[in-house]
Amino acid sequence: MVSHVLNGRAQRLIEYADDELILGWRDSEWTGIAPSLEEDVAFSSIAQNEIGHARALYELAARELDTSADELAFDRDPSEYRCAPLVTLHRLDWAHTIARHWLYESADELRLAALKESDDPELAGLAAKMDREEVYHRLHAQMWADRLRDEPRFREAVEEHWPYALGLLDAPLRPVLASHVQGTVPVTWPLGTRPVERGEPSDELRPLWEEMTMVRRSVPGATW
Amino acid sequence: MVTAAQVWEALAEIPDPEIPVVSLVDLGVVKDVHVDGERVSVEFTPTFLGCPALEVMRAAMEDRVRELGAEPHVEVVLDDSWSTDRITPEGRQKLSASGFAPPAPRPTRPLQLVELERGFECPYCGSTDTKLENLFGPTPCRSVRYCNACRQPFEQFKTI
Repeated sequence: MVSHVLNGRAQRLIEYADDELILGWRDSEWTGIAPSLEEDVAFSSIAQNEIGHARALYELAARELDTSADELAFDRDPSEYRCAPLVTLHRLDWAHTIARHWLYESADELRLAALKESDDPELAGLAAKMDREEVYHRLHAQMWADRLRDEPRFREAVEEHWPYALGLLDAPLRPVLASHVQGTVPVTWPLGTRPVERGEPSDELRPLWEEMTMVRRSVPGATW
Repeated sequence: MVTAAQVWEALAEIPDPEIPVVSLVDLGVVKDVHVDGERVSVEFTPTFLGCPALEVMRAAMEDRVRELGAEPHVEVVLDDSWSTDRITPEGRQKLSASGFAPPAPRPTRPLQLVELERGFECPYCGSTDTKLENLFGPTPCRSVRYCNACRQPFEQFKTI
């Protein structure tokens, strides 16, 4: 169990890393069962990238906290994860998967653009490196959103995920995300939609965590 | 005592674990080498952050430096200094010769799908009547394309 008093920087790094780790895990659930071979390959590759980003972010945080990336990723209790609830949702349905993928990548573009301008050179450098890979995720997500934009199932899935997508971003970036999303899918959201924020309980994280950490917990402290 | 040139030479013999026709030096992932007496520091920039070959590359570099009789210190640099533009001309030729289309030069503005959909040259027959099959491929660094002329699927190193 990692129980540190987190400073602001480590906290932000862990929030971001948790998003990427848990989303990467969810994306990997399509490996072998996606609707087409191309998407099987795409989601598996995206999952690998996201988990790679999580590792790099955890490593920066781990250095500050004098721990390791693996300990941060796997040795915390599910209640200590700081990911946005968007990434924990478990909907093995293509319309929902593409809606989340597209909303996540759209929000992540804004978050990365802000981090690239950060005064913290280490964080700005890592964000720029991540962004080189994320460009491909965005192209893939946008290609699907353009293809499905008139499908009622997709629109409903976008509306359903919207309050969760807001929870990924700091408040000033949320209106930017809204206008970006409405440029492709002209859905309207009720005024005062309540964002689902980080730290709100998620029923779906614990079963994922049980599976993700099963091997590590089976022999504590082992080197594999 | 070992010299930096000897270290570079040794590192140039290490094949990429996933595309063994190119070496780590061809890939441009060795950013710098410093020799300080018995201690050799290698600055190493990963290609893709989630690339599982990173650990293998790191271990191989440490082994080669030890074979030269020095103590290796491989520092992984997580900044933005690597892009596919760092793959050497020789590395690009080797990729082509083994059936991988080399990456396109990195544009100054963000990549657009339309640029990736254009007809890149098929490494097998040289035709540009090719299409993008999948932005993603069997490893993080590759896209999958198809040549309409020789009906051969081929992989391309993604431009990042």
